[in-house]
Amino acid sequence: MAETHSLQDMRQQAAVAAKVFIQRDYTNGTVCQFQTKFPSELETRIDKQQFEETVRTLNNLYAEAEKLGSQSYIEGCLACLTAYTVFLCMETHYEKVLKKIAKYIQEQNDKIYTPRGLLLTDPIERGLRVVEVTIFEDRSLTR
Amino acid sequence: MSAVMITRKVRKWEKLPGKNTFCCDGRVMMARQKGVFYLTLFLIVGTCSLFFAFECPYLAVHLSPAIPVFAVLLFLFVMAMLLRTSFSDPGVLPRALQEEATFIEMEIEAANGNVPAGQRPPPRIRNVQINNQIVKLKYCYTCKIFRPPRASHCSICDNCVDRFDHHCPWVGNCVGKRNYRYFYLFTMSLSLLTIYIFTFNIVHVVMRSVDKGFLNTLKETPGTVLEVLVCFFTLWSVVGLTGFHTYLISLNQTTNEDIKGSWSGKNRVQNPYSHKNIVKNCCEVLCGPTYPSVLDRRGLMHEDSSVPAASATCTTTTTTTSSSCSSSSSSNPVPQTTKPTAPLIPNEHTPDDAKPSIAASAERSPSPKEEHPPASKVPPLASPETDAETSLAKDKTH
Repeated sequence: MAETHSLQDMRQQAAVAAKVFIQRDYTNGTVCQFQTKFPSELETRIDKQQFEETVRTLNNLYAEAEKLGSQSYIEGCLACLTAYTVFLCMETHYEKVLKKIAKYIQEQNDKIYTPRGLLLTDPIERGLRVVEVTIFEDRSLTR
Repeated sequence: MSAVMITRKVRKWEKLPGKNTFCCDGRVMMARQKGVFYLTLFLIVGTCSLFFAFECPYLAVHLSPAIPVFAVLLFLFVMAMLLRTSFSDPGVLPRALQEEATFIEMEIEAANGNVPAGQRPPPRIRNVQINNQIVKLKYCYTCKIFRPPRASHCSICDNCVDRFDHHCPWVGNCVGKRNYRYFYLFTMSLSLLTIYIFTFNIVHVVMRSVDKGFLNTLKETPGTVLEVLVCFFTLWSVVGLTGFHTYLISLNQTTNEDIKGSWSGKNRVQNPYSHKNIVKNCCEVLCGPTYPSVLDRRGLMHEDSSVPAASATCTTTTTTTSSSCSSSSSSNPVPQTTKPTAPLIPNEHTPDDAKPSIAASAERSPSPKEEHPPASKVPPLASPETDAETSLAKDKTH
């Protein structure tokens, strides 16, 4: 019978076994991208393809946020003309994408990571430096 | 017996390390020394007030009412840009939490291998390839992170700042990724304002002198003399600074990189961040996306003043709920069941540490914190943080 683990239960019951930090990938410059290399600590917990897919999607989302295109230029010019007061009522493009990212991470945690005893932390909470993956103790083995 | 939990509303900015001052409950972020910033404000507001008081009534009548109107708009824009530069987060990188710091230390240990006893460990550097150039990422002993490319540690604010340009005492803040465009627009608009006031002062004096004579004019409008003096001296510095930053923007360089000579010289690496196109570089720096602050200042921290030991009540994981809401994170570190195998290398910035610190690596500089390099290109306002590379670069260039 499949148990639905909620994040709340996870935190209260399980002890943290280890944490893995996925570092930034700077090969394309200062754009926010994370390394897709699969960490060895997660080998027993999750499928490599799955994990790489998550990181790749995150990378695509961040690339979308930082894209230098006509939209960002128009937003920049409009903001400048209004002495940046327009941001008092409007959300920036980057902030909109960050919300999308937060939702995606939540969704990934609920569907994939929490059932496997893992937890992804939104990189924004770590200064966009790392993707922190918390590995919880595998209770199913001890029972 | 139940534990009494009094949750006090503490915002995260109250617990942030670094030497910043916060106002308006975390909405405003500045450096500690604000004296020069107040001087800047006084000079701008003072000079403009004199202009509106002495010149504008005369010029509005004798030339055009558009003159004071445009002056007001320009003044408001200058103030908006100044306050935006001074009050915003320049792009401060939060320090690594305990687990992350430990993880990085372990990686460094693994990379360095076994260092024979008595020998100094190699400097902590990570090489990354960016656009086919090798860039060295340095380790920050204070923040316990490998600094991202273009980031630098500001010794005045004691923070690592992303795309660090310089620490500007005139705006009372660091200039970094998030507020560089406001800083540039501030210097640009201030140049325009200074030129505008200077020009119309001259016009006003000339026009009035034709009617009443030069000395009488000065007696009637004494403010003019003061204004001309301030504008004259401001012009040279601010216009020069604007020109310098325009040059930097067109090359997609920071003041810090320019001073250190990171991308100059034949044997050095070429700037991997430049698009090799002036228009593209300008567009990226000035009209690029507005980066959000990764420093959660206004998030709430839950502080429990409970009677029994804190470990029983505090949860140790962070939530992954939407980052925009004030998610709570415990200030207590996670009790790790697997202890790190590598011994922690003591940080010479932690005076509480009883362990003797290992001799400083080659990275640490003995030179004084604030230096004003005598290069002609350097604007008078730059006060970059120094490290060994700066002093080495200076030795090479001079």
